[in-house]
Amino acid sequence: MLRDITLGQYYQTESVIHRLDPRVKLGGTLLYIISLFLFGNFLGYGVAAVFLAVVIGLSHVPLGFIVRGMKAIVFLLLITVTFNLFLTPGRELVSVWKLTITAEGLRTAVTMAVRLTMLIIGSSLMTLTTTPNNLTDGMESMMKPLKVFRVPVHEVAMIMSIALRFIPILLEETDKIMKAQTARGADFETGNIVKRAKALVPVLVPLFISAFRRANDLAMAMEARCYRGGEGRTKMKPLVYRRRDRLGYLCIFAYLVTSIAVGRLRF
Amino acid sequence: MGRTKGKVETMGIIRTKDLVYEYIRRDEEGNVEGITTAVDRVDLDVQAGEFIAVLGHNGSGKSTLAKHINAILNPTEGTVWVDGMDTAQEEHIWDIRQRAGMVFQNPDNQIIGQVVEEDVGFGPENMGVPTKEIWERVEESLKAVGMYEYRKHSPNKLSGGQKQRVSIAGVLAMHPKCIVLDEPTAMLDPKGRKEVIRAVRALNQVEGITVVLITHYMEEIIHADRVFVMDGGRIAMEGTPRDIFSQVERLKQLRLDVPQVTLLAYELGKRGLRLPKGILTVEELADALAECGA
Repeated sequence: MLRDITLGQYYQTESVIHRLDPRVKLGGTLLYIISLFLFGNFLGYGVAAVFLAVVIGLSHVPLGFIVRGMKAIVFLLLITVTFNLFLTPGRELVSVWKLTITAEGLRTAVTMAVRLTMLIIGSSLMTLTTTPNNLTDGMESMMKPLKVFRVPVHEVAMIMSIALRFIPILLEETDKIMKAQTARGADFETGNIVKRAKALVPVLVPLFISAFRRANDLAMAMEARCYRGGEGRTKMKPLVYRRRDRLGYLCIFAYLVTSIAVGRLRF
Repeated sequence: MGRTKGKVETMGIIRTKDLVYEYIRRDEEGNVEGITTAVDRVDLDVQAGEFIAVLGHNGSGKSTLAKHINAILNPTEGTVWVDGMDTAQEEHIWDIRQRAGMVFQNPDNQIIGQVVEEDVGFGPENMGVPTKEIWERVEESLKAVGMYEYRKHSPNKLSGGQKQRVSIAGVLAMHPKCIVLDEPTAMLDPKGRKEVIRAVRALNQVEGITVVLITHYMEEIIHADRVFVMDGGRIAMEGTPRDIFSQVERLKQLRLDVPQVTLLAYELGKRGLRLPKGILTVEELADALAECGA
């Protein structure tokens, strides 16, 4: 059933990381990603790995769950590693037929693989421990300074949260339309990819029409409830920093200082 | 014919005078193809605290009338006043929308929040109510419609009747004086319909909120103080539910279904039984029949 698709990849459990303010997690993830690109030696990656391991431990998300999420990017990882391995010019190590592996190539390939893996684990850890709702709130709050440049921050956040609310509804509707079409002889399961894609057209058309109708209704309902943009709006659940959030920022800062210091060491 | 409830009011909470609304149909080039008059010279006067039902078959103009009360539509001709404010004046629009809340037909297309309590808080958030007060309002509104224990649920997991009660709570949290319900039960099963009507009646009787219920289900208007029947954009009949139901022939002419009990009493009356006119419930008919036999 289409309805069984889970949204995002939030992993429901109780942990300190789950309870952290979304802004801390967003900011932390961003700094962590930046730090990954600052290291000049492998010791820096060691510090980053230890930090990541501690956060995973605190988050109570099973390691298997995180690794399973990595499957989707294994292919991308392989391509990056292969290209770096064979196409970097430099001191020759091994040469078979037209393929040469250089010392520099080996080094960049390994660095790339480590970087990408940690980057993806780090950022997926954020989506695993933050509800989509919280994430939207956090983004709205963090991007507020952009309002100066006329970026419609509130509107974007509102669009995101409405999209999240309507995805299950539209999925259910797709399911209904597909069943109605199947009942009248439509075939979605056989044939090659082109044929299957064509079979989806009679599903998409009514789906779009219905989505527009819903959008119109929703806009009217929002106006009827006095919605007039972000101006003068109060929040039912405002984001408030607590002690653990300040502590979180402190930990991130401590990590950043250590990792940069260690990463700059020369041997 | 309007019932005054103890106090004398100079002007009702909702009043329309000579209200006309025209939909203009255009062809692909934007030329006017024709004009449909959806609402045609309607005069309405609703007193605070009343329970009004507006009845009519599809296309009778009842929904268009409802949208005027919330200032979603502006009259082509005539005037609408809500709590003394003219809906055509821009500066009153948000006050009017706060005072006259609106519940729509499709339960899915009017819930904005991803959690029940967040949806109920949407209206007060828009009005700029302080955070602490929003929580109080959400709690009392959800309790008023009997949905408090579902406050942490996702709206997608609720039944149609429950969703509509959440929508009513969402309007209630804005502390309106009046609620307009535009066919709130049209997409619900009989059980959900009963839940919603019970919640609406409680609002009217316990909280004293003026209710305008737009519907095409005859059973739902039995508890109304006054009923307006619309046909072709005009008000065709007006009166108490008993007045309305005693005119079975006229209702049939307007393509409305009369409740079975009323119809049975009417047919029995035609066959010579001396029954009072406009019987609304099974109990009433049973009593009347017992009296006949005695």
